[in-house]
Amino acid sequence: MTPDAKTPQFPRNPGHAFAADWFERVAVNTPAAGRRSESLAGRRSLKKEWQAAWLVNAIRCMDLTTLAGDDTPDRVARLCAKARRPLADHILAGLGLEAVQTGAVCVYPTMVAPAVKALAGSGIPVASVATGFPAGLMPLKLRLAEIHYSVEEGAAEIDIVISRGLALGGEWAALHDEIAAMREAAGAAHMKAILATGELRTLRNVYKASVVAMQAGADFIKTSTGKEGVNATLPVSLIMARALRDYGARTGFKIGFKPAGGMKTAKDALAWQVLMMEELGRDWLRPDLFRLGASSMLGDIERQLEHFVTGRYASSSRHALA
Amino acid sequence: MALVKDILETMEYGPAPEAAAEVLAWLKARRRFGHFIDGGFTAAGKTFAIDNPATGENLAEVTQGTAADVAAAVAAARAAQPAWAALPGHERAKWLYALARHVQKRDRFLAVLEVLDNGKPIREARDIDVPLVSRHFYHHAGWAEMLADEFPDAVPVGVCGQIIPWNFPLLMLAWKIAPALAAGNTVVLKPAEYTPLSALAFAEICAEVGLPPGVVNIVTGDGETGAALVAAPVDKIAFTGSTEVGRIIRRATAGTGKKLTLELGGKSPFIVFADADLDAAVEGVVDAIWFNQGQVCCAGSRILVAEAAEADFTARLTARLGKLRLGDPLDKCTDIGAIVHPVQLARIRDLVAQGQAAGAQLVQAECQLPAKGSFFAPGFMTGVHPANPVAVEEIFGPVATLTSFRTLDEAVELANNTRYGLAASIWTENISLALDIAARVKAGVIWVNATNLFDAGAGFGGMRESGFGREGGREGMAEYLKLPEPKPQPEAAPTRLDAAPLPGTPAAPGIDRTAKIYIGGAQKRPDGGYSYAVNAGSTHLGLAPLGNRKDIRNAVEAAHKAAGWGKATGHNRAQVLYFIAENLSARAAEFAARLASAGGDAAEVEASIRRLFYYAAQADKFDGAVHATKSAHVTLAMPEPFGVMGIACPNAAPLLGFVSLVAPAIAMGNRVVAIPAQSMPFAATDLYQVFDTSDLPGGVVNIITGARDELAKTLAQHDDVAAMWYCGSAEGGAMVEAESAGNLKATWTLRNRDWQGPGAQGPRFLARATQVKNIWVPYGE
Repeated sequence: MTPDAKTPQFPRNPGHAFAADWFERVAVNTPAAGRRSESLAGRRSLKKEWQAAWLVNAIRCMDLTTLAGDDTPDRVARLCAKARRPLADHILAGLGLEAVQTGAVCVYPTMVAPAVKALAGSGIPVASVATGFPAGLMPLKLRLAEIHYSVEEGAAEIDIVISRGLALGGEWAALHDEIAAMREAAGAAHMKAILATGELRTLRNVYKASVVAMQAGADFIKTSTGKEGVNATLPVSLIMARALRDYGARTGFKIGFKPAGGMKTAKDALAWQVLMMEELGRDWLRPDLFRLGASSMLGDIERQLEHFVTGRYASSSRHALA
Repeated sequence: MALVKDILETMEYGPAPEAAAEVLAWLKARRRFGHFIDGGFTAAGKTFAIDNPATGENLAEVTQGTAADVAAAVAAARAAQPAWAALPGHERAKWLYALARHVQKRDRFLAVLEVLDNGKPIREARDIDVPLVSRHFYHHAGWAEMLADEFPDAVPVGVCGQIIPWNFPLLMLAWKIAPALAAGNTVVLKPAEYTPLSALAFAEICAEVGLPPGVVNIVTGDGETGAALVAAPVDKIAFTGSTEVGRIIRRATAGTGKKLTLELGGKSPFIVFADADLDAAVEGVVDAIWFNQGQVCCAGSRILVAEAAEADFTARLTARLGKLRLGDPLDKCTDIGAIVHPVQLARIRDLVAQGQAAGAQLVQAECQLPAKGSFFAPGFMTGVHPANPVAVEEIFGPVATLTSFRTLDEAVELANNTRYGLAASIWTENISLALDIAARVKAGVIWVNATNLFDAGAGFGGMRESGFGREGGREGMAEYLKLPEPKPQPEAAPTRLDAAPLPGTPAAPGIDRTAKIYIGGAQKRPDGGYSYAVNAGSTHLGLAPLGNRKDIRNAVEAAHKAAGWGKATGHNRAQVLYFIAENLSARAAEFAARLASAGGDAAEVEASIRRLFYYAAQADKFDGAVHATKSAHVTLAMPEPFGVMGIACPNAAPLLGFVSLVAPAIAMGNRVVAIPAQSMPFAATDLYQVFDTSDLPGGVVNIITGARDELAKTLAQHDDVAAMWYCGSAEGGAMVEAESAGNLKATWTLRNRDWQGPGAQGPRFLARATQVKNIWVPYGE
């Protein structure tokens, strides 16, 4: 099975000239956002086959990630093997599925080439972080050069980080121009803009940064690098989802969303998918509009799916390492 | 058999039913329920059927309570009460703790039972109702423990009759039983006819924990059973339900001395300003009118939205409506369950049809209704003008009205354009605006950027025709306690009012003195043009105006115009009260002489001055509290003046009685229409000259002399008078209580007392002059 046989091709977001009036007066009530995201888990429940299917979908939408200082080509190759075959054969058979693979593999720029090699023929795209990930505090010229390098190495998706300083300083136009330059550098590669929401601190800032990134042509907006003190949370994801809904209402373009960092369990995978379904709809459960940036989550999903198939609780020692 | 492969295409949620087997087995084992009286279940009598509103299937048969059943339950409660009240607070706390724990241990059982009986979604029963139930018992275990410290002179009311509605059967039971038991009362509770099952399960829990027999009694039945309970020899009636029935109960209990709390209907405004987080406000609507199928007395059922945001808000609301899932209440993905009963469903349909006939448009979720059961697709109505029946009547179903406003003043005007005053929701990111509106909306509970927040630590209850009394928090406990009343003293029988001239009764030498009625700060001649003779024994003291209905009407109008008094600071009001005392002191000899001439007690003057000082002192000190509820919430409990109060003074202590009642009322910011001592009104009419020299704004105190009970009746009936105190005869008190049912004004009937004694002043007067408004402000960025 391909990532999603019926994936529609959504027209790519061309971006928009900087328009502050799209976001500057936004009202976001933080306690209300908290209540909404807290109550969602209780409002929707997935059982049995439905839960299994939604967990499989989480795998299809997963950017299986390794972003560590000790990454090596062999380590990346192992990850890619898991991306090609994220579930053991008996689980797959028990689910009645022929094949499942992850949405992408996400690595550092120097690991792109080994990843591309390891994934050859699978159709799984390689995503590369770039632009001085995770802090982004490098000269723009070098950040753009890093994008070019990653694309040349074969990355089909580029996860850039925004300049938090520009956001915190309210220099939204400058932020827009920087991100637009990155998008241009990415060329045909899809660009995910990492907002590092844990450092933007307020949901108002999150909304504003989301809109600016989309105006600058982001194909996806992404919560976090995984390296901030606070990474993906449901309230932040709620506000980003609403931002891309509002952008879509203005422009007609559908933007993707990628929560990343901090999500470790199968339960998290369901919670974020429910958020997508309730706030945005079915299209945001397809890999071209939704990605889960995670590494350890896959292990928990595999254990849950084995339990679904066998009726016995599983041990991760029986599953292939990512 | 659903295939994972297929679900991966549709990404549907699939069924997620909560198992009901345990509860169904429990019901099957019992089938026919009797009442729970004196610690055990009676044999079932004449029964009626309880059906599952989601399926129409029969769940059980319960007994229609007769007057004899009620009498037996009340007798059991009466017998158990002294020993229960005599327990140390700690012992009662242990019982309440046990109930809290057992509710928690049976939480899923109770939640499932509630769903079967009521039709509400399992999510709500499981995540909201039942946790609040145990929270309520825990909280009140605490009050039992601290009772002696926190309410040192108070004693329990006695036996409480409690009648609860069908929308939150178990939660309303907890709200009633927990404070009653904590305070040392015993109870007879009648659950709603449609939804008695969780109360019967609770009865079994009482038996399970071994609660002493007779402390909690449950009698099932319909309105007739309720009426029998109201008529039974109980000491208090606590009722939650419709305003219509509340009125009947108010009349039925008038003059009986039964303490009464009423938590009635509402048509609560949900005000969305243009600077609000509109998505948050849309979710607010989901939690307001689309919560519990809209069968929520405090539901934000009247959406008022700023014109500038109307189109945007309506579009978002319509989109959100499309995401609601209606269906099997036991399914964990269900947002909208079943309407409690086919009768209620018919009522909703009828009201919505009336609204449409009156020009409103219904925006309704396009959901497939189940083939059987009582379901109504949620929605809201636009184009609703204030005169449309759906803008006025409580629909009690999942349908809100949506009306736009232009300015914040218009928002307040629309919000208050209702006979009710239960709750309000205010949505704006501007805290100054939010608190301004919170202060101006007439409602007992206000939620800022939130809705339907509840906690045992905060008072809940309404203003106006939404009833009186509070449940929860310190204010709720006070409703189940009483303070020792001072010994009643007889008052002089009012003299016959004779409007005919009385030749041969010359007054004192000098220039003729003229007492007038006092309205809006001006001396007025009575509308009727009659005066009556005021005599002390055979001495003629002069003529007093014979006030009539129209004078009362004019006085109430003047009092309403003096609304600024309620907004003045406590310090301002204190200054005026001190100044009145100062100026009275300057004329003390004259007032003493006047009292002496009437055979009264000249010491009233000094006592009145002290009393004025006391309430001046309290004016800026009798304030509110911040309740400990949820984290990151400020929950303010603010005592607010009623507004316009009527006060009928005793026909004794003509100066001190008047001051003792009027001073606390105005100290709290009320404006007063007072009827002074009928036989000696001059002490009060002399006083208005003191008022005039003491910066008391016109209209704050209005004085109408004449026949007390006749004038009091007009005041009690007046729909624009919010509260009424009556000090006089038992018959007069009964009359005032019965006549107050028209607008369900809060009443206080007190007996004449030693006005120089300890029972003549104190915080209880201030508590009676105020109603608590709870304002919830969640915070966080």
